Amino acid sequence: MSSIAAPRRVRGPSAFGGGWRRTLYLTWIIGLTEYRLTYFGSALGYLWSLMRPLMLFGVLYVVFTQVVNFGDDIVNYPMLLLFNIVLFNFFADASSRAVTSVVEREAIVRKMSFPGMVIPFARVLSGGLNLGVSLVAVFIFLLGYGVNPRWTWLLLPLLLVPLVLLTLAVAMLLSALFVRFRDVGPIWAVISTALFYGSPVLYAIDKVPEEYRQVLMLVNPLADILEQGRRWVIDPNAEGAVAAAGGGAWILVPVAVGLAVCALGVWVFNHEAPRIAERL
Amino acid sequence: MNGRATAVGVAGVSKTFRIPRHHVMAFKERALHPIRRVPVTDLHALKDVSFEIGQGEFFGIAGRNGSGKSTLLKCMAGIYRVDSGEITVAGRLVPFIELGVGFNTEMTALDNVVINGVMMGMSPREAQRRFDAVIEFAELGGFLDLKLKNYSSGMQVRLAFALMVQADADVLLIDEVLAVGDAAFQQKCFDAFHDLRDRGKTVVLVTHDMQMIERFCQRAMLLQHGSVVDIGDPSSIARRYLELNFEEHEEASVTAARPDDVSHGVLIGDVWIEGQDGRRVDSVGQGDPLVIRAGIEVLEHIDDPEVGVTIHDEAGTVVFGTSTRELGRDEQPFGPGDRLALRIALRNDLKPARYYVDCGVHEGLHKVAAFRPRAADFLVFGNRAQSGLVALDHTFDLERQHNHAEAATTQ
Repeated sequence: MSSIAAPRRVRGPSAFGGGWRRTLYLTWIIGLTEYRLTYFGSALGYLWSLMRPLMLFGVLYVVFTQVVNFGDDIVNYPMLLLFNIVLFNFFADASSRAVTSVVEREAIVRKMSFPGMVIPFARVLSGGLNLGVSLVAVFIFLLGYGVNPRWTWLLLPLLLVPLVLLTLAVAMLLSALFVRFRDVGPIWAVISTALFYGSPVLYAIDKVPEEYRQVLMLVNPLADILEQGRRWVIDPNAEGAVAAAGGGAWILVPVAVGLAVCALGVWVFNHEAPRIAERL
Repeated sequence: MNGRATAVGVAGVSKTFRIPRHHVMAFKERALHPIRRVPVTDLHALKDVSFEIGQGEFFGIAGRNGSGKSTLLKCMAGIYRVDSGEITVAGRLVPFIELGVGFNTEMTALDNVVINGVMMGMSPREAQRRFDAVIEFAELGGFLDLKLKNYSSGMQVRLAFALMVQADADVLLIDEVLAVGDAAFQQKCFDAFHDLRDRGKTVVLVTHDMQMIERFCQRAMLLQHGSVVDIGDPSSIARRYLELNFEEHEEASVTAARPDDVSHGVLIGDVWIEGQDGRRVDSVGQGDPLVIRAGIEVLEHIDDPEVGVTIHDEAGTVVFGTSTRELGRDEQPFGPGDRLALRIALRNDLKPARYYVDCGVHEGLHKVAAFRPRAADFLVFGNRAQSGLVALDHTFDLERQHNHAEAATTQ
């Protein structure tokens, strides 16, 4: 007879149960599988990771520099546009694909026991792998365009960490709510579009009228991430998040907003997790 | 238990599902009726269930559809949270509620072995190391580069089963997944079961196949309506099961509902299969008569109703479907309080495999009034050699119109 392990209580499904190691393995294996299958069967395969943001960039570039002269007075506007689109697309793609994730993975949710948050996390991971490939292309373009490399480029991870955390939190929130309220899908589509125009993706933050600028920087953490990215990567003379948010301690407000979103996501998912399998 | 240490302890476990009568719970309803409570049907799937399973024991859980055995399994596996009571498990427990959970048909066997292994609690490296043993058991050595979708269903099942046997678990929960595959493979699985037993693994087998219970289990438990009827030696449990089945034969109860059922004003109660002598059966021989029975209870007025069933296989392929509308019948509207007895008789020409019956009631063309996926299931047995999904009645002539040997000599 095999050695006898001590009896442990079965606690039922939860957001985090099952140990961090198992959570990590599962997130990795499911996320990697999803990434590999994203462009499965297409002729260009993984190249689409590069092509999609580049093509979108191409369209927006033509519209905003050739049709309407929008970015003339923004330094390195085409590169800012490309950089912003890649970062924002990661957030928008991962979050919108996370909405239906738990419902789509119904087969395993109802037949295996594992930490529920793995499913939205895996969606974000597959988006993150996409982002990694796209960012390589972005930096090649930056060099080709003539932007001088600077040491602040190394600070990029400091932007990616809050961006990924924010995306994870939103993914948890949306995927858990969608199980109960199918309205989350269309609602998030609208909010996501609003965030696209409400964040300095197409424009630089100093294009926003003075009276709204600070408010925007305070309530929307994405705006701070993108503006700080502009300063570190595209244009060292840009204002940066701290100054645009009002200087000094004001920067703590968007940080607090971001943390609040994270807390909400974790709380909601944790609250819903025990009953998700029954509700599907 | 014969003084063995406890592997699985279940103490006073109860589980109630609250099923909303109207499944649509949208923001609009919340906004329009913020304080209205959605009417719910309480479904007591498990009522104060207690038992213990010893280390290395082969334990059977028997019960009809809707008796709560699958809910119990999911509670033990940690997929559902129990409302009260406590479940304890010693060591690693792996559930097999369906073969090949998480299989991705676009990927190769190796990818799927790793994914499945990680889902069962291994690290990617452990899962990879087990690959050779899995492939050997599944006898799939020559097909490693094929995507899973190019495997025959039998090969997929073999791979899934091999993963189960090779899972490094202390306690295995198995939900009647054995009834598939050809005789040679079944024999292999039976051998593997003996192997698991000899290696001191604890196995919990949930089934309504009494032969399985008697063949493998050292002890068994009988569940009915969510309560334990009896725990004892397999042969006495099998006898009790058959007695119970016979008693309840004609009774169409609504307690068999499960959480994935849809119900808007109509409740589909028990759905079951009868064999040629009118007795309730779990398996039907090829070519024998087969009767699908169901009890339906109407709660609200239903205009232009349509009642139908479909039979599909494990993979979800529909092999047969029929309904009142497809037969061109115009049913009178159903009114609250109506009780309907459904009886569909046909000759069973399906190939040997497990099949599931979905039962549904529609209002008009588009509105679903009630739907019970996999409300009943049955096993088809037979040994007529045949390929394809169904054994169509046919004659086969092969006539020689030109004899080759004769033609050669005359030249």
